[in-house]
Amino acid sequence: MRPRLHRVSHPPVPVLSESRFFFYENFLSTEINLTMKHFEIKASRLTAGIVLFSSLLGTAAHAAAPANITLLNVSYDPTRELYQSENASFASYWKQKTGQTVTINQSHGGSGKQARAVIDGLEADVVTLALAYDIDAIADTKLLSTNWQQKLPQNSTPYTSTIVFVVRKGNPKGIKNWDDLVKPGISVITPNPKTSGGARWNYLAAWGYKQKQTKSAEQAKAFVKALYKNVPVLDTGARGSTLTFSQRGLGDVLIAWENEAHLILKEFGSDKFEIVAPPVSILAEPPVAVVDKNVEKHGTRKVAEAYLNFLYTPQAQEIIAQNSYRPRSAAAYKKYASQFPDIKLFTVKELFGTWRQAQKAHFNDGGTFDQIYTP
Amino acid sequence: MGYTVFYLSAIVIVPLSTLVFGAFRMDPQAFISTVTSPRVLASYRLSLSTALVAAIFNAVAGFLTAWTLVRYRFPGRKVLDALVDLPFALPTAVAGICFATLYSPVGWIGQILAKADIQLINAPSGIVVALIFIGFPFVVRTVQPVLSELEPEMEESAQSLGANRWQTFRKILLPHLFPALLTGVTLAFARAIGEYGSVIFIAGNLPFKTEIAPLMIMTKLDQFDYDGASAVAFVLLLISFTMLLVLNGIQRWQQKAYQ
Repeated sequence: MRPRLHRVSHPPVPVLSESRFFFYENFLSTEINLTMKHFEIKASRLTAGIVLFSSLLGTAAHAAAPANITLLNVSYDPTRELYQSENASFASYWKQKTGQTVTINQSHGGSGKQARAVIDGLEADVVTLALAYDIDAIADTKLLSTNWQQKLPQNSTPYTSTIVFVVRKGNPKGIKNWDDLVKPGISVITPNPKTSGGARWNYLAAWGYKQKQTKSAEQAKAFVKALYKNVPVLDTGARGSTLTFSQRGLGDVLIAWENEAHLILKEFGSDKFEIVAPPVSILAEPPVAVVDKNVEKHGTRKVAEAYLNFLYTPQAQEIIAQNSYRPRSAAAYKKYASQFPDIKLFTVKELFGTWRQAQKAHFNDGGTFDQIYTP
Repeated sequence: MGYTVFYLSAIVIVPLSTLVFGAFRMDPQAFISTVTSPRVLASYRLSLSTALVAAIFNAVAGFLTAWTLVRYRFPGRKVLDALVDLPFALPTAVAGICFATLYSPVGWIGQILAKADIQLINAPSGIVVALIFIGFPFVVRTVQPVLSELEPEMEESAQSLGANRWQTFRKILLPHLFPALLTGVTLAFARAIGEYGSVIFIAGNLPFKTEIAPLMIMTKLDQFDYDGASAVAFVLLLISFTMLLVLNGIQRWQQKAYQ
């Protein structure tokens, strides 16, 4: 158990004026801004009384303010490097603003497994997972409210990514687009969508490409089936597939997160691999959320919310771009535009509805993925 | 006695009973359709058959290793003896990654096998390789002590009475060693049925082809289907337990026959 030092954390500044500081005006609409303020006020209802009282008096503030706060961010695999930088940046921002020292512990693993860990009692203050369905599953256990995705701007996703291909240097098989993946003799590496969040994005990207092209779900299904015929191994996670492709030399093409693709080039050398951006792909939105029950228990709601809102600030958006995630901020995107090839992106909502619906139709037992494989 | 019962309850029975409760919480119809779905059945078949092949292989290889370590004195014997336990100590995931790297088309052994057009990785034979590795120490460690108590004089007297080598082995050695050998094989087999860490790295995990039963459980958990996972695990537990009972029965019967 991590030590919890306090029940109510409050900075020596009045809480209401502070909530303005959370927002990054440049890319937030007033509408969201208003609901956010509302949420902020409502959310801190439990502690607002005490906080306001002591703030107005201006006394006892220093005595009650804890010197150290610990947050636990439960995240998925590829964000390790991203959050290391973000956490350091947030800690200095928070220290400057409130004088408190905040330590953020990170936990990483497969997105579904991490969600399960939180459901089973891992006391995460915030979760930052690979797809909305995993946070929905946590919401089903009442640890946070089911409308969590409306609580932060842009579907609660401060950064996005997409799905691209990694091929061996020189692209010997001439892979340019999704259609090349179903050609006979091409070996495709992608993890198992049953166990990997990243693989579900891969699957929906391939499906969506075909469905947009042909306007037919039947053809999309046949296309995905043909694609998985070319898959010789289904690793349980995205990192496993990365290793299978890069270390063990299996496969002609790896379907991967854009940020993971950049990492492969960085780690294993751009003299061995190259990235191929398909003309059409999916807008992957890995969402973030405060786990209500846990922050109430730890008294860390204010700092947890500030932490997630911080991810939308210009400073944090820059770190996001540096880690090869696509920033939401237009300014940061422009600055690092050379990293992000022009891909026509479609959303899950556009083609598949909510993540719950997508999960049910494609990945649950008896879904389209199960129908690909027959004895 | 009281201590043993308490200990067994705390360590084995209580955790496993939660599994049984999980399975029984399910609607019987759902339970049956879960555990008899073709994919789950295929995974049971694969897990049991690869575990059995690996255990039989280990019976022979483990026996020979134990024999060599007991009966011969040679430099480095103690080091070899210590090496036998390594599969116990090593995280099985590490073993899995080593095998996958070694047998991949660009790996040391994989390159040679690729020339002969043999593919071990991402095939049932790869699973057997991993299971042989993790089960090996069980056979050696159960046979070794019995073997070292058998005196070479017994074999010598058998031979001086005119028995050939096969007869000596069959009539003198085997009856003594059989119970220990069977225990070792049983343990290796039981361990192999449940093995997850090393196998998933080398199996390829393709549905109906190389998907082991423990992976089915993980897959269900990742869909937050706790009940389904309990159901698959419960049947796996039932199969393992039945196998252990049968093997124990054979052992007892064998011992009686010998006495």
